[in-house]
Amino acid sequence: MTLVLDQVTRVVSAETHIHSTSLTLTKGTINLLLGPTLSGKTSLMRLMAGLDKPTSGRVLFNGVDVTGKPVQARNVAMVYQQFINYPAMSVYENIASPLRVRGAPKTEINRKVREAAGLLRLEDHLEKTPLQLSGGQQQRTAIARAIVKGADLVLLDEPLANLDYKLREELRVELPRIFEATGAIFVYATTEPTEALLLGGRTATLDRGRITQFGPTIDVYRQPRDRATAEVFSDPPMNFASIRVEGSHVRVMDRAGRLTVVEFPTIGELHGLGDGIYTVGFRPHHIALERTHARQIAVAALTAVSELTGSESFIHVDVGGERWIALAAGVHEFLPGKPVELFLDPDRFFVFEPDGRLAVAPTGLAAA
Amino acid sequence: MARIELIDLAHAYRPHPSKPSDYALKRMRLTWDHGGAYALLGPSGCGKTTLLNIISGLVSPSEGRILFDGRDVTGLTTEKRNIAQVFQFPVVYDTMTVAENLAFPLKNRGVDSSTIGRRVIEVAGMLGLTSDLDRRARGLTADMKQKISLGRGLVRADVGAILFDEPLTVIDPHLKWQLRAQLKKVHEEADVTMIYVTHDQTEALTFADKVVVMYEGDVVQLGTPQELFEKPAHTFVGYFIGSPGMNVLPAAIVGDRAFIGQHEIGLGAGYNPLPVGAKSEIGVRPEFLRLGTGAEGFPVKVRRVEDVGRAKILRCELDGMPLAVLAPESSRLSGDDARLVADPTQVHVYADGHLVEASRMSGRA
Amino acid sequence: MDKPLNHAAWFMVLPAFLLVAFNAVIPLMTVVNYSVQDTFGNNQFFWNGVGWYIELLDPSTQLGERFYDSLLRNLLFSAIILAIEVPLGILVALSMPRSGWAVAVCLVVMALPLLVPWNVVGTIWQIFARPDIGLFGWTVNHLGIDYNYTSGVLSAWFTIVVMDVWHWTSLVALLCYAGLKSIPDAYYQAARIDGASRWAVFTTIQLPKLRRVLLIGVLLRFMDSFMIYTEPFVVTGGGPGNATTILSIDLVKIALGQFDLGKAAAMSIVYNLIILAVCWVFYTVMTQVDADRPRKG
Repeated sequence: MTLVLDQVTRVVSAETHIHSTSLTLTKGTINLLLGPTLSGKTSLMRLMAGLDKPTSGRVLFNGVDVTGKPVQARNVAMVYQQFINYPAMSVYENIASPLRVRGAPKTEINRKVREAAGLLRLEDHLEKTPLQLSGGQQQRTAIARAIVKGADLVLLDEPLANLDYKLREELRVELPRIFEATGAIFVYATTEPTEALLLGGRTATLDRGRITQFGPTIDVYRQPRDRATAEVFSDPPMNFASIRVEGSHVRVMDRAGRLTVVEFPTIGELHGLGDGIYTVGFRPHHIALERTHARQIAVAALTAVSELTGSESFIHVDVGGERWIALAAGVHEFLPGKPVELFLDPDRFFVFEPDGRLAVAPTGLAAA
Repeated sequence: MARIELIDLAHAYRPHPSKPSDYALKRMRLTWDHGGAYALLGPSGCGKTTLLNIISGLVSPSEGRILFDGRDVTGLTTEKRNIAQVFQFPVVYDTMTVAENLAFPLKNRGVDSSTIGRRVIEVAGMLGLTSDLDRRARGLTADMKQKISLGRGLVRADVGAILFDEPLTVIDPHLKWQLRAQLKKVHEEADVTMIYVTHDQTEALTFADKVVVMYEGDVVQLGTPQELFEKPAHTFVGYFIGSPGMNVLPAAIVGDRAFIGQHEIGLGAGYNPLPVGAKSEIGVRPEFLRLGTGAEGFPVKVRRVEDVGRAKILRCELDGMPLAVLAPESSRLSGDDARLVADPTQVHVYADGHLVEASRMSGRA
Repeated sequence: MDKPLNHAAWFMVLPAFLLVAFNAVIPLMTVVNYSVQDTFGNNQFFWNGVGWYIELLDPSTQLGERFYDSLLRNLLFSAIILAIEVPLGILVALSMPRSGWAVAVCLVVMALPLLVPWNVVGTIWQIFARPDIGLFGWTVNHLGIDYNYTSGVLSAWFTIVVMDVWHWTSLVALLCYAGLKSIPDAYYQAARIDGASRWAVFTTIQLPKLRRVLLIGVLLRFMDSFMIYTEPFVVTGGGPGNATTILSIDLVKIALGQFDLGKAAAMSIVYNLIILAVCWVFYTVMTQVDADRPRKG
């Protein structure tokens, strides 16, 4: 089973919601659409479902062109951010409703409902009505109904956004197992990089109506193709600095691009870079507060704010006008305005060309 | 200015409560110091919103009193308490500009226009809204609107406490980092008590000096983020704070050793025998478990490895019981058999869910 | 939202298309046809081109004068009832209870006038306001006020205005009530915290949030009042004299009274165009209001 978007676009009253996008989704995997609000996640899902017709391009299902086919004629299920259930029906009836619509025999309904309820741990709540359930259970009911429908394509639009942090965490761990147990193509929209990493599968990162990269989730995280992808797929946000390469020297520039913050010789992969201006990106947990090896570059910074969670410290610093976040294990408190020395590891640098393309990927990752 | 005291406060939504479960908020006594940053943290239905509404004056408590700087405000309405509030969904006055929004609370209180102008500029500077003062509030992004809501509280010289009701719900992850840092900065600059209600542990822990963890209408622990992380007073706190939460395993405690089945785990201190019949458990956070080398530690089966980028979460099983381990980004595993070592000083003992204090220091390893 | 293309769907539209053609398009074309001709009865028609239109739009002619007078009366009537019904409707909506059993009672009572057929409303008021046997008219006259809608211009206007207000204020109130109910509590709470007065709450929260429903309410009431016929016809019949002869009543007088089909047809077309133009303005404003709303991606 495959769903193919072939150069689809979506333009609504002169405003482009989706730029030309091609995407192939296959059965048995969960496909994540990761991007901030208004990046086009919902628009893309509506095209996939047939709720909207693409302005140009084709949608193919199993090789058959379904571009003009309305959503009713496709076998699609959707789960939304809001918990949408029939309030007057029991959980059992809620889950059974798509089967009843289809006129399935009683024994089949019973079997399938119980199967889905088991998968989503709702066995003890089948007789209750949705409003007697917690938010997490209400959303489980909605997911169970989507699964029971036996849809070819299941679309989940930020399904966990309205749930408590801890319930989200639990469902994130359970969902991959549930998706594996059903044979549909799952598409799951989220704004949270952490959620994408926990769910695994494949991720498409979106930036202003464009898919910037699509591939196995962890690969997209570790090898972003360009700056936009790296930015979208980072939480805490990735730190950036502009650098100037001149022969065998690299200068990290301030925000205005005039003053040199720090200078160091080209090492490792940076050797191959031609002279010019680039952007480096590095993840907050790759900034160290203490020197651990000789290759690290020391940078002087000013503390803006330190946030302590009790197990980790997020230190927001100012380096030549750029805002960086350093993430360190343990409790490290720095008062605002206090100078702090940070250590960067060039082996962890993403180097981006001025047009945003990745020039050099980090080598310092054992699991890269 | 406000130091907030809750004296024997309790609340039940229905009349004549008789059993503990009738109470949305069980009897509590808390004092919040002037200028502090506090968080009320708990799952939906734990009573945190009820407590917030009592402080803001929206709900009047069925029992007990609430004092602001020693003054009893239990019977006072919202507008008579010197509080401001930032809501879950941004509230701005659509038809006004940003500057007019910020000036609104002062204008309503008849403050003279030169003072208003000065305060608006000051607060806009604090919140980074200076260049947006003349823009219309309608059509601004959610994070800007939340800043305006906060600003309307900050402009008032008389505001003693600002309440936040899950203010980052509708904010995108990247902007959350900026807004949180800004909030922290504002708290350091402005001399005002802040109370922040959330179900999100990261928000609560990064924001607050002291976190009140609530569960089923009860305060289960009040402590600094570090205390909550390192010494959860209740297994619920252990579970609720930290991701993944604390591993809790049934264990028999003998002196400074814990026995899980035939496995033995060293404790950092010695314990007196637990009360007879009490449920005896140990709790250890995934951060304080590491993979052992050679014959160190106890054997587990690794069921699944979740790569979350900056770390790996190993989902293990010990005699069928789940156990999560947080391993560094670079760790490698071979096969699904592993041995785990727990940091003995970070293994806690719980009787019926409550933390048991050690009786004496053991011969430390 | 656009739907996927499907050519078979055109056949489904056919019945509705035919229905609209027979009861709207064809009669309208007939009217257009009449408006460019003159008739002296016996089904004899003569081509008159845009003659009627020129005459109609020229206030110095008899027809033009008559038309402008009726149009002015119409506009005056709409302006008066909008000026009364909109603020009154908002006021009623604001003072309605927000929860409890009283809500249902209020809603039912307010819906009652909306359920009464137009001509019955006219008849009710025709009797109710009569100075001899009508409770209202009798009372007013016994209070020493000279009130007779068949002879006094002011009395006649007063009667049709009050009648319309009685009939339609509920509609505005119900729309506003629905609009008010959709304002989240947090707004009121924030306003209390900001120390806003009742008036400030109204102007800064309630009125801006009511903008959309009010636009719909004003549009509906304008169209209805501009096209009103039955009630004033039943009560005053356009009199005394021509004091309450509004466009629709005048049209009927010309068309059926004098059998000047051409003039009446031209008048109908202009009348129609005015209403369309006003609707278009409203539609544009309303879509502007919508465009201000953020889009979810």
